[in-house]
Amino acid sequence: MKLFSVRGGIHPSYRKQATTAKKIEPLPVVPFYFLPLRQHSGASAEAVVNIGDHVGKGQLLAAPVGRISAPVHAPTSGIVRAIQNMTAPHPSGLPGMTIVLESDGKDSWAELPEAYSDPFSVDPKLIRERVAWAGVVGLGGAAFPAAVKLEQSSQKPIKMVVLNGAECEPYLTGDDRVMQEYADEVISGGRLIAYAVGAPKVVIGIERNKPEAIAIMKKAAEAYDNVEIADLPAQYPVGSARHLVQALTGLEISARTRIADVGVLVQNVGTARAVWRSAHYGEPLISRIVTVSGGGMNDPKTLDAPIGTPVKALIEYCGGMNEKAEQIVTGGPLMGVGLPNIDVPVIKGTAGILALTSEEMDHRPAEPCLRCGRCVDVCPCGLSPVEMSSLIRRDKLDEAEQLQVMDCFSCGSCSYVCPSHLPLVQYFNYAKGEIWNRRDEERKQNKIKALAAAKEARLAEVLRQRQLAAERAKAAKAAANKEEKAV
Amino acid sequence: MSGSIAISGPFTHADNSVSRTMQMVMLALLPATAFDLWLFGWPAIFLFGLTILFCLAVEAGCLMLAKRPVLPALKDGSAILSGWLIAMSLPPWAPWWIALLGAVFAIALAKQVFGGLGQNLFNPAMVARVALLISFPLQMTQFAAPHPIFTAHAPDILTGLKITLGCEGNLDSLSAASALGHIKTELTRGIPVTHTVQSLPGLKEMILGIKPGSMGETSAIFILLGGLFLMWRRIISWHTPVSMLLTLFLLGTLFSAINPARYASGMIELLSGASMLGAFFIATDYVTSPVSKTGQIIFGFGVGFLTWIIRSFAGYPEGVAFAVLLMNATTPIIDHYSRPRVFGRTRQGQPVAFGDKK
Repeated sequence: MKLFSVRGGIHPSYRKQATTAKKIEPLPVVPFYFLPLRQHSGASAEAVVNIGDHVGKGQLLAAPVGRISAPVHAPTSGIVRAIQNMTAPHPSGLPGMTIVLESDGKDSWAELPEAYSDPFSVDPKLIRERVAWAGVVGLGGAAFPAAVKLEQSSQKPIKMVVLNGAECEPYLTGDDRVMQEYADEVISGGRLIAYAVGAPKVVIGIERNKPEAIAIMKKAAEAYDNVEIADLPAQYPVGSARHLVQALTGLEISARTRIADVGVLVQNVGTARAVWRSAHYGEPLISRIVTVSGGGMNDPKTLDAPIGTPVKALIEYCGGMNEKAEQIVTGGPLMGVGLPNIDVPVIKGTAGILALTSEEMDHRPAEPCLRCGRCVDVCPCGLSPVEMSSLIRRDKLDEAEQLQVMDCFSCGSCSYVCPSHLPLVQYFNYAKGEIWNRRDEERKQNKIKALAAAKEARLAEVLRQRQLAAERAKAAKAAANKEEKAV
Repeated sequence: MSGSIAISGPFTHADNSVSRTMQMVMLALLPATAFDLWLFGWPAIFLFGLTILFCLAVEAGCLMLAKRPVLPALKDGSAILSGWLIAMSLPPWAPWWIALLGAVFAIALAKQVFGGLGQNLFNPAMVARVALLISFPLQMTQFAAPHPIFTAHAPDILTGLKITLGCEGNLDSLSAASALGHIKTELTRGIPVTHTVQSLPGLKEMILGIKPGSMGETSAIFILLGGLFLMWRRIISWHTPVSMLLTLFLLGTLFSAINPARYASGMIELLSGASMLGAFFIATDYVTSPVSKTGQIIFGFGVGFLTWIIRSFAGYPEGVAFAVLLMNATTPIIDHYSRPRVFGRTRQGQPVAFGDKK
């Protein structure tokens, strides 16, 4: 199909060969699982089980709260041992509410909802409800609740469902393997998503550096007229949803509007598979594909890991780490984040666990900026990192905001190419955080102001009413007096 | 390993660095430099070495005064490169104190006073060249005729040392005018360009660089090769050099077609003076030129245009250094107006009407 050019981007060394040809291996049951209540974007879920409860595999542990949220299910059967604050798999190392599940080793299923043998004969609304029940979130890394996206999209005329199989981050091969091993489930999932939102067409975008996946997917898509495979150029970050849509349709999505507004719905290929399994088998999302790789890993593999498994267990399954391992990263090396320790669990957004060597990271102290402009060339958002960073360093956040630092999605292309090894993404993340805080503060101030004004108005009104009443009473009294006199 | 997070992402990096960039540029300069050092012999070799040495010394001195770490800055190669470029723009038989003053102008005044590497507004090497040219017009225009090393009339190592130390008084017999200088002088005497070019070196000599000129500027072909190497290694892009050279060539061609007696041809404009060096190694200086590609095209055009204006109408026969400095001053404003359009926004920064076709 015809592709459109996308601005900027980089061609990092992909380093996928360690796992790209290895079959996905299921991770065996471990003694303890740790299930944070917030594994998705949006509000934290709320526990619906109590300490000591015995739960079956797939049983609901925590229910969604609010409009954007997702439930959490038991990855295996066992006993709830604790519901407490524990270190979250996030570089901050801050705690988050977590359910601790001790496995009973039986791995026996709880009672699951009805499996739709032919989901295409079910009301689309039921499919969307099933996806919400199953706690499916975007498995590409952002972990946005899939059901919320489906619900929003079903309100709009969707012309195209795009499945994102770009997997443009180095090292990661989970999507690649899923497409090679479960092509039918991925395509069925894509078709089902299209059915659930009333879209006529499914396009699956795959980077050209995955020829096996492209071949297998093309073959599997042959049976359907409305499913198309697009081989994308290997150009990071073509897997960013906005850029993917631009590459496939030529449409440039406006800043601050949703992709659904242009009639496109984007989901990761793994997400599509999870959607299919939730409808066809009635399975909740309790495991995900994780690439365990990096020069510091002894035996890199792609694993099917139950959500909640400690990262340590994945590393051990892959032969442990060698002495060269310098940094553990969750996600890809460009947008991923460092992990505080390896006791934290795999969550729904964990696409990769990388043990990287200092050689691979090539981390060096920052040198002065030469203004070479490479960062401007590669920025897929058309930003000017060189100028923004110098403003942020002088704490001129307002000016950085004028240069649209808030449109940066931290893809890391600028930091990747910077010859001075400046921590550009770091600057932008800092600025974004500060500006968000400021906006929050402003919102609060405005609210307080509005409330104060309302209170003042109310008091003034009460006073006015009182005066009116007093005047009326006075007038009535005067009238009465008059009458009396007249009498 | 410890579980702590000592560093931030991204956790992978392209294999480039400041010193590597500088090394690449020096590597690209090597053929032209080697050729001209051969062409102008021992005095040129001494002057070249001294200029770099002085630049390193001034850089170290400034950093010590500012109480900043000296070694890392010396190692990044920027001072060496500045010295190299100054040396290339000097008359090859200039005395040692020209090199010293050049180093002070470039490193102390043009670079360190502004805050060091990456902070300067003007190209240090060109500041040095212009300051020297204005202050010492005689020494800065006394170009030696080619005297390839080890040939009969070439100064031997001792004479070379004497020339650089300024104790060899009788240079007039050895010196010659550069092509642009010759054209200008003759024009002021009322002799048309069409006549003057006949006494200039032939096209082959011009391209190869067997002609009088600055130490590293005479060989158009070796500079061009170096420039192509930098483009191939993606240290520079084509935008600035092509835009500058094309402007220069087109203006020269156009005006010499209109009035051949008054204006030099496009070919002479390209192959003489510092056109090539300026286009590939000076105007492309990261620090002092615009960051965006659009900006670089504007910048290159400006340098080419001003160079031609100065060469054709001003008092100096060569204008690249002046043109570069003038355009350096416009870099911030070019940067401001040539920012790329942000994804999903208009040039004014408003969100585009959603779903615009590009």
